[in-house]
Amino acid sequence: MKFLEDIFHNAKAPFEKGGKFEKYGKVTVAIEAFETFLFTPKEVTGKGVHIKDGIDLKRTMSVVIVAMLPCLLFGIYNAGFQHFRAQGILDAPFWEMVAMGAWKVLPLVVVSYAVGLGIEFAFAMNKGHAVEEGFLVTGMLIPLIVPIDIPLWMVAVATAFAVVFGKEVFGGTGMNIMNVALTTRAFLFFAYPTYMSGDKIWVLGASEAAGTPDAFSGATVLGELAANNQLAYSVSDMFLGFIPGSIGETSTLAILIGAAILLITGIGSWRIMLSAVAGAAVMGLIFNAVGMNSLMTFPWWQHMMVGGFAFGVVFMATDPVTASQTNTGKFIYGFLIGLLAIMIRVFNPAYPEGIMLAILFMNVMAPLIDHYVVGANISKRLKRATVKTA
Amino acid sequence: MEYLNTFVKAIFIENMIFAYFLGMCSYLAVSKTVKTAVGLGLAVIFVLGFTVPINYLLENYLLKAGALAWLGENFASIDLSFLSFIMFIAVVASFVQLVEMAVEKFSPALYASLGIFLPLIAVNCSILGGALFMQERQFSNVGMATIFAFGSGVGWFLAIVALAAIREKLRYSNVPPALRGLGITFIITGLMGIAFMSFMGITL
Repeated sequence: MKFLEDIFHNAKAPFEKGGKFEKYGKVTVAIEAFETFLFTPKEVTGKGVHIKDGIDLKRTMSVVIVAMLPCLLFGIYNAGFQHFRAQGILDAPFWEMVAMGAWKVLPLVVVSYAVGLGIEFAFAMNKGHAVEEGFLVTGMLIPLIVPIDIPLWMVAVATAFAVVFGKEVFGGTGMNIMNVALTTRAFLFFAYPTYMSGDKIWVLGASEAAGTPDAFSGATVLGELAANNQLAYSVSDMFLGFIPGSIGETSTLAILIGAAILLITGIGSWRIMLSAVAGAAVMGLIFNAVGMNSLMTFPWWQHMMVGGFAFGVVFMATDPVTASQTNTGKFIYGFLIGLLAIMIRVFNPAYPEGIMLAILFMNVMAPLIDHYVVGANISKRLKRATVKTA
Repeated sequence: MEYLNTFVKAIFIENMIFAYFLGMCSYLAVSKTVKTAVGLGLAVIFVLGFTVPINYLLENYLLKAGALAWLGENFASIDLSFLSFIMFIAVVASFVQLVEMAVEKFSPALYASLGIFLPLIAVNCSILGGALFMQERQFSNVGMATIFAFGSGVGWFLAIVALAAIREKLRYSNVPPALRGLGITFIITGLMGIAFMSFMGITL
């Protein structure tokens, strides 16, 4: 380990005070960022009162990434699986499917991390503070919530937009008002709608094959429902994730594993997850009772298995920065997300999926919920306090 | 059912701020704290909710081509619609005057914090916008116009209060110096607009 330490030390030396490149001193921020990936900093605070806890920002982020790994791995496999199935090949070798998927998914991960971290580093160097780890999770979320056939440059543009305008202008990690990964997706959705919806994009290679004799289509479950088509997928397919969709969102099982990790470690809020499921159930039951079209008659519990609902609720609604901060607020926030997500799905013909915009909308409303929850608490306590004025 | 649709549509789908960008000046200027935002929002709901129905009656029984037919045969051919702008503004201005007097009397603190923006409701684009949308959309009766006006007001209220809550939260953020104040507010408004796009395209 000593030689690694030396590498960093030597790399930093010319930029420090008295060194050869002293005027480029801001570069040390970048070098330190890589250093802290490998080593724990030696400097600790000695004086004053501090919370001593093993979990810091970087470890929180790492746990979320671990929780997302099942989704990523399954997403890679499913990308290959859908590709071969759409062409009618059902017995393709397992590793061929994985290789096929990895060939498309890994570049997305690389592009999202490279663009996002590049911008983070540039801002950190410019402002002269340490590089924050906030992008680690966002960079992993972005590839998981885009369709497989999206061009890489679009992902790069959208990531740059979201990181700069969604986060850095607000002062960086922890200050953004809207979830950065979802801002990326919303940007893609409204800027390049043809690449983000329809039935040609969810299966690897479908958009290239369109118009040729080999053309095949792969609409998502929600797309089929919106078009009033007969569903070709069984409930277990939907639960396990053998359906077309954005890369990481298809497998409810993999998402539940991730949810378990988040809940056990206490990083994801159970209040938000529970109330979002409750909200979706209430809305789903209402629609089931009305039952006017196939989206409405679709059983409420299956609504939670298809589309991005589970993924959004587990990984993005629980984002501690953009969610409500108060406990009561979290219940309201989650419940309304569930309610709105199903409502947008059913009512809005323009968007077959509602969870993205439901979460973004509630992100906007979250500070307001907090404001009134805190206000209510203050007035409640004031009332209690006046009893003793004698 | 039709009333409910109009109401929901006016709040969310055709939001005055995020769909038409009306009333932006006071929206941006008075959204620093939730309390004043609520005050101004309520004032806008009140003014919109009362001026639009009044203007509706003026429009249909005084200004529109043939609106004066109730006076007798001779008046049926008169078209006073060229007067509609000035009539609408006069109604709006007198109502704002009422609101201003009421606020000054009952909540001097709010009156002081709203400052010039309270009388400026008279030229708030969303108020005149409400009256002109009413004229353009030709609502079937005065009830529809009232519901539409209240919905638009509530939508404006929701937008400004949500923005104010965000700006209160943002007070502790390290926003780049060049963007502090209005710059970041414009960016937030844009992002909020994206969030409100979830309702666009809903046909009720």
